[in-house]
Amino acid sequence: MLDYHAIADVVREAEARGTTISRVALADQAEALAVPEEAILEEMRGRLEVMRAAAHEGMRADLRSTSGLTGGNAHKMRSYAESGNAIAGKLFALASAKAMAIAEYNAAMGKIVAAPTAGSCGVLPAAILAMMEERGVAEEDAAMGLITAGTLGMVIAQEASISGAEGGCQAECGSAAAMAAGALVEMAGGSPSMVADACAIAIKNMLGLVCDPVAGLVEVPCVKRNAGAVACAVNAADMALAGVKSVIPVDEVVAAMREVGESIPKTLRETAQGGLAATPTGQAIAQRLFDKS
Amino acid sequence: MDIFDIIGPIMIGPSSSHTAGAVRIGKVCRKILGEKPVRAEIAMAGSFARTYKGHGTDKAIIAGILGMGPGDERVRRSLEIAADEGLDYAFTEVRLPRAHPNTAVIHLVDGHGAECTVQGASVGGGNILITKLNQIDTDFSGRHDTLIIPHKDVPGTIAAVTALVADSHKNIGNFRLSRPTRGYQAVMTIEIDGTMEPDLVSKLKQLPNVINVVYLPAN
Repeated sequence: MLDYHAIADVVREAEARGTTISRVALADQAEALAVPEEAILEEMRGRLEVMRAAAHEGMRADLRSTSGLTGGNAHKMRSYAESGNAIAGKLFALASAKAMAIAEYNAAMGKIVAAPTAGSCGVLPAAILAMMEERGVAEEDAAMGLITAGTLGMVIAQEASISGAEGGCQAECGSAAAMAAGALVEMAGGSPSMVADACAIAIKNMLGLVCDPVAGLVEVPCVKRNAGAVACAVNAADMALAGVKSVIPVDEVVAAMREVGESIPKTLRETAQGGLAATPTGQAIAQRLFDKS
Repeated sequence: MDIFDIIGPIMIGPSSSHTAGAVRIGKVCRKILGEKPVRAEIAMAGSFARTYKGHGTDKAIIAGILGMGPGDERVRRSLEIAADEGLDYAFTEVRLPRAHPNTAVIHLVDGHGAECTVQGASVGGGNILITKLNQIDTDFSGRHDTLIIPHKDVPGTIAAVTALVADSHKNIGNFRLSRPTRGYQAVMTIEIDGTMEPDLVSKLKQLPNVINVVYLPAN
């Protein structure tokens, strides 16, 4: 059985067996949970369905969060993606729209799948759903993509952190971007070592990102950071698929992420005391919301 | 850790700690009460007290008290549902300097006047710890089948309880004894691996010096 302490171990195992990371992890998790592989896939398909529904609901123009701070931006972004004018092309703009939709729906007390957290719940589904819609990725392969992502996430959770309070936003949206980058590479037919490179590149490009939510709510800047993180994931996946390698091996990148997270001051780890939360506008919003209550 | 800890849980947003964990604390309290509650007093501390309206922590705790889980779509309408079901509730803020920042103290009363008080903390990722039960210190997560057994602090009581658990071929994953004062009432908290048969609870209840047995299925 795998212990998920090093991504290199999983890559080596997949390459030795001439298969994918998701196949290796699926077999391992079926054994660990004492269920057939099909049961895990069925559960993943169910989670994919919750993700799809959240992306759909979150696109409503009139959606508003409980606080009233966010909602409606995903709708704007999707219209723009569909206009054909998006600078980065349709898939990229659509992925951003979906990430915002799910994050806005989360803020509106919608049903989501934490992946790996609620605050970063839009990133991975956005990458996967955009590939399904725009590149015709089949549901079966999308479910396997979730397993690839979950495999990377288990290592990051054990060797670094997936909690904003512990490691800043790099631990939440950064981890989600790394997981999504790996899933994208596998869905696009990349090798296990390309998955590792995409994961490493995504983390490197999110390294040091602080968690500074206005009024302590999972809204500003979280909704847009979900879109930013999926953009980072798509970009990292493309780099890896182009043959670009991470100079720093992926497990060293994860270790660096842990060390960076521990050095982030407490004011920038989900306490709403620094960064954007401490700006005049951020504080005015907090004042207004708490006075109202 | 398994893959569903990362791709999951399925939950109502916006926050795994302030929403999903809060539902679970409320649900544990309801399970301990056992009957339908008619009155709930919820005191929130720390970050819960500061941000509960924006995170829907109030709706989440009430949803749990009504028996809902973290993925239940009705969580966001729980305050209206409480009114429909005749649950009277009140929220207050409390300072608990030594408690985890995301802590709530829930007091429930049922239609016959039976009551219980649970203090729980939401410790991240939707995970919780119940830290006090009716003023007595405890420490369990609700992730495993749990038995809470108030009993008289008399020699042999623990051995009798664990012997019955062993007879049912269940392994104890965690055991805690809380005893504020020697010789009076104590509480055993026993977490079991796997699922428990219902008849074990009735057997345990018949043991001498056992005051009550509350069975909390994993949630």
